[in-house]
Amino acid sequence: MTKPVLSVIGEMKLELGSGEETAFGNWRLRQDADRIAWAILDGKGSTNTLSEAVLTDLSKLLDAIESQPPKLLVLRSAKPGGFVAGADISEFRDAKDEASVADRLREGHGVIDRLEALKCPTVAVIHGYALGGGFELALACDRRIAIEGAWFGFPEVRLGLHPGLGGTFRLSELIDPTEAMTMMLTGKSAHTKKARQLGIIEAVVEERHVRAAVQALLGKDDDGSKRGLKAAIFDMGPARKLAANRMRSQTEAKAPQEHYPAPHALIDLWETHGGDRDAMQEAEIKSFARLLMSDTAQNLIRVFFLREALKKNGVGKSGIETVHVVGAGTMGAEIAAWCAIKGLRVTISDIKLEPLAKAVKDAASTARDAHLSDIEIRDALDRMMPDPREYGLANADLIIEAAPEKPELKRDLLTSIEARARKDAIIATNTSSLELDGLAAVMKKSGRFAGLHFFNPVSKLDLVEVVSHDKATRKTLSQLNAFVTAIGHLPAPVKSYPGFLVNRVLTPYLLEAALMVDEGIDPVQIDRAAEEFGMPMGPLEVADRVGLDICLHVADSLRDNLDTPIPDVPDWMAKRMESGRLGVKSGEGIYAWEDGKPKKGKGGNHPLPKDAQDRLILPMLNAAVECLRKDVVADADTLDAAMIFATGFAPFRGGPMHYARQRGINDVVSALMELAESHGPRFAPDLGWKDLG
Amino acid sequence: MSDHRPVYIVDGARTPFLKVRGGPGPFTPVDLAVQCGRPLLARQPLARNAFDLVILGCVNVIADEMNPARVAALRLGMGEDTVAFTVQINCGSGMQSIDTAYRYIRDGSANLVLAGGAEALSHAPLVLRKGAVEWYAGMARAKGSIERVSMMTDVKADFFKPVIGLERGLTDPITDLNMGQTAEILAHRFDISREKADRYAMESHHRLANAQEQGWLDGEVEPAFDRDGTAYDKDDGVRPDSSMESLAKLSPAFEKPYGKVTPGNSSQITDGASWLILASEDAVKQHGLKPLAVIRDSQWSALDPSVMGLGPVLCSTEMMTRNALTREQIDLWEINEAFAAQVLACLAAWEDETFCREVLDLPEAFGAINRDSLNVDGGAVALGHPVGTSGNRIVLHLVQAMSRLGKKRGIATECIGGGLGGAMLVEMT
Repeated sequence: MTKPVLSVIGEMKLELGSGEETAFGNWRLRQDADRIAWAILDGKGSTNTLSEAVLTDLSKLLDAIESQPPKLLVLRSAKPGGFVAGADISEFRDAKDEASVADRLREGHGVIDRLEALKCPTVAVIHGYALGGGFELALACDRRIAIEGAWFGFPEVRLGLHPGLGGTFRLSELIDPTEAMTMMLTGKSAHTKKARQLGIIEAVVEERHVRAAVQALLGKDDDGSKRGLKAAIFDMGPARKLAANRMRSQTEAKAPQEHYPAPHALIDLWETHGGDRDAMQEAEIKSFARLLMSDTAQNLIRVFFLREALKKNGVGKSGIETVHVVGAGTMGAEIAAWCAIKGLRVTISDIKLEPLAKAVKDAASTARDAHLSDIEIRDALDRMMPDPREYGLANADLIIEAAPEKPELKRDLLTSIEARARKDAIIATNTSSLELDGLAAVMKKSGRFAGLHFFNPVSKLDLVEVVSHDKATRKTLSQLNAFVTAIGHLPAPVKSYPGFLVNRVLTPYLLEAALMVDEGIDPVQIDRAAEEFGMPMGPLEVADRVGLDICLHVADSLRDNLDTPIPDVPDWMAKRMESGRLGVKSGEGIYAWEDGKPKKGKGGNHPLPKDAQDRLILPMLNAAVECLRKDVVADADTLDAAMIFATGFAPFRGGPMHYARQRGINDVVSALMELAESHGPRFAPDLGWKDLG
Repeated sequence: MSDHRPVYIVDGARTPFLKVRGGPGPFTPVDLAVQCGRPLLARQPLARNAFDLVILGCVNVIADEMNPARVAALRLGMGEDTVAFTVQINCGSGMQSIDTAYRYIRDGSANLVLAGGAEALSHAPLVLRKGAVEWYAGMARAKGSIERVSMMTDVKADFFKPVIGLERGLTDPITDLNMGQTAEILAHRFDISREKADRYAMESHHRLANAQEQGWLDGEVEPAFDRDGTAYDKDDGVRPDSSMESLAKLSPAFEKPYGKVTPGNSSQITDGASWLILASEDAVKQHGLKPLAVIRDSQWSALDPSVMGLGPVLCSTEMMTRNALTREQIDLWEINEAFAAQVLACLAAWEDETFCREVLDLPEAFGAINRDSLNVDGGAVALGHPVGTSGNRIVLHLVQAMSRLGKKRGIATECIGGGLGGAMLVEMT
């Protein structure tokens, strides 16, 4: 036997109908002997998107069958990955003005409406994803049949939008309108079982029975949709008003209207026009066009492409199938678990058995949180072997040293790892602040050595800084970038520098907050100022979560190694640490913590100083410019992406550098100079601003 | 047998043996096999798909893991194209896997085989009484709720008193004797006193405790980790403070009130798994392996089930006669300790001239086996007897002990419920 059986006969075979075939650009039409027509979407690339061209081609296909419709029309994707992934987002970027966007949308609506109005019954057969515009295409069919594993969603809200091709009214007509609104407001997808419960699909079949299931539909009169009493209630204005108000307050808590207008626009849309399809259609088009032209949407669309760009840093094969992690502390254990969950074979060592045992337990719960099935959890845990005798080290393709941040300890470990590792293995250190040149110096062949800076929690924060140093080879770095992509994370290539990129930029923000506390400003108010800017949580809450000891360690290391002035950590913070109040991990830090949440009061009544928000945010921008000037990171886009995906830097602002540009470089520089005058030289604008002005 | 290809034992590892403490333990048979298989495969310079065959002995296969050998091989990542089968000869299953692998390699059918044993006695099923099974089947067939309600009146109280499958498994179906009773028979026939059996048991505990203390089991025993965050790193049935006084306090377990076989001088009921890597000369060269030992011969014998405990005497002697080996030429023995009295009865049989002449076809008494060369690091009385695993463990430990003590030749042998014995002759390379 030379090849695995499935590699020859294929993992699966999609049912795509049979009979005479006509091509319509991205679509193929097959008409079989039973007069069932199969409209197969098979665009360029491995994923179908609902581009303008796809809609134009669909229009031509409809031209061909409208006059003599088949007995049944089936819509299906020829791509093994799924149905349709959504609109072609790149088309959103070159939108010129609201009117032209609305015109383009109306054309799209016209095609979809014609599909819906076809005289023959229509059925969408869906495998894998049906998202955004793809979901809307499926909603225009009379019926939807799913293959197990299919999932449906409207992720538009994450791009600062709401559905724009009829989704707002078609979904709220098909299923319970409050469920429909929840899906559109949160962007959360419904997997097969949930979709069945909600009434999005009427049947789930195995791929091998698709043709039989389609044939069984012939002669069924009922169009499959059953609208419940609850849906009818919401045709009445007062019921919608009540529900809309509740949605508004829930949405405001998570996505304030000021920063995220899209969900609020959607609620208005439904409240005003729910139950009146024509009015809602026109309002959907106008609202979508307006949102698309907003800074929020354009910045969030930018973030989408920043993510894609980071992924591209790690194209190609990593050549890494086995990983050995040294050290089962929080980070080591999380890295090992995530690699195993993502299909790699992992060994993890520690000098004690207890942390290894805890690592297994934590991996099981991470796998559960990541929605793995029982069998997938078992397989992931089978792939992750606690390895107290370090058998895995000698065979691993990649060894990640994840010991505590003590230079001496790390140097000793790296020497010992190099002596035992395979000659062609890559050796990485997971460190948040130690400069790599000092560590590389102890290695005989430092070309295969580099840094991997993961963020905590690894399963939730996608960014990984891939840290280079003078001796690291290009091959090592490209393999590490590909490895990060292979485990579903986003590689940000950076150069070794105090704090690397992310901590260098973030630390001044945390320290400034600490100084403000020292001046007697209420912590809750300080955090609120940052949240009002759009940070996911305030700096003091971040410091508690990271751990005050770790913050202090990073701050000290920055102060020792940078030319730029870094303020001293105020006494109150040092005292708090001495008394063992380290943050979340000790139950109390700046805040007292309960069930993973800080107990924040309402905050003091003193008005915040006017410059409070700038005091917090601008030091990040200043440090970002320093990093660009020192070539810590290749370009401003990578910098913006790293800050968004590692720290949650207000995504709708497009990243720190993008924010600086939108606000105006000169404005930022003069604000920094004012701050320097009133609060000290730490605010002095970096030299690099000159090159940007 | 000189024209046969040599068969090497390259390495081996087992889980700690975990005492059954009521309720299912943390691991199923395959979980156990995966727990010790992973470190074993990780420490050898072998690709996981380099193996031709995986053979696993397992007696109490659970419903979720039919053909546990194949399930284990796939979970160990050994590749979809690796053949795997499960073997069962009751308490000899873990040795039967080695014996089967040995024969495959010896005759050239395979080069590299993973052979093991796995048993989770704590997962042995509760078996419903026959009447209850029939009643459940009737319920399933019943049409409508009225018929079902009327069937409820047929329920008998003992339907819900399940038979513990393990208890039935340890009872010989031909003679209806419990395994402990077969040990009582041997104690009676070979005049093994309670005190002698207890002394043997105490030594077993002390020897194992010392071996653990000295680190002699490191690498042979690999720690196991469950998903609730517990690490198991040593056999947990051992009682280092076992004494004649503490053992004397225990009541007979099988034949009350006069029996001599107690829980203290019987093997413990435990969960555990063990693997050996076996290789041909070609495989050793191809993969750059460092073999520990070579398997010279193996033998199965059979006898009346009521005295199954003498199995080791029959098979070991026949194997030695065939190889023209004398008692003095065997440096080390591992005789599985199903019961202390049963091991002592084997030793007594070898010293009995009539027995040796009439049963073993020897010209005179075989002679005494020195206690210093027998189960030097304790045995199943101290660490337990996961039935499908023990045969594998004694071969593994024999090799490890010979390696430590610089011995050359040894025999691992066990008695097998149902009236069988198995033995394996091993020489260090």
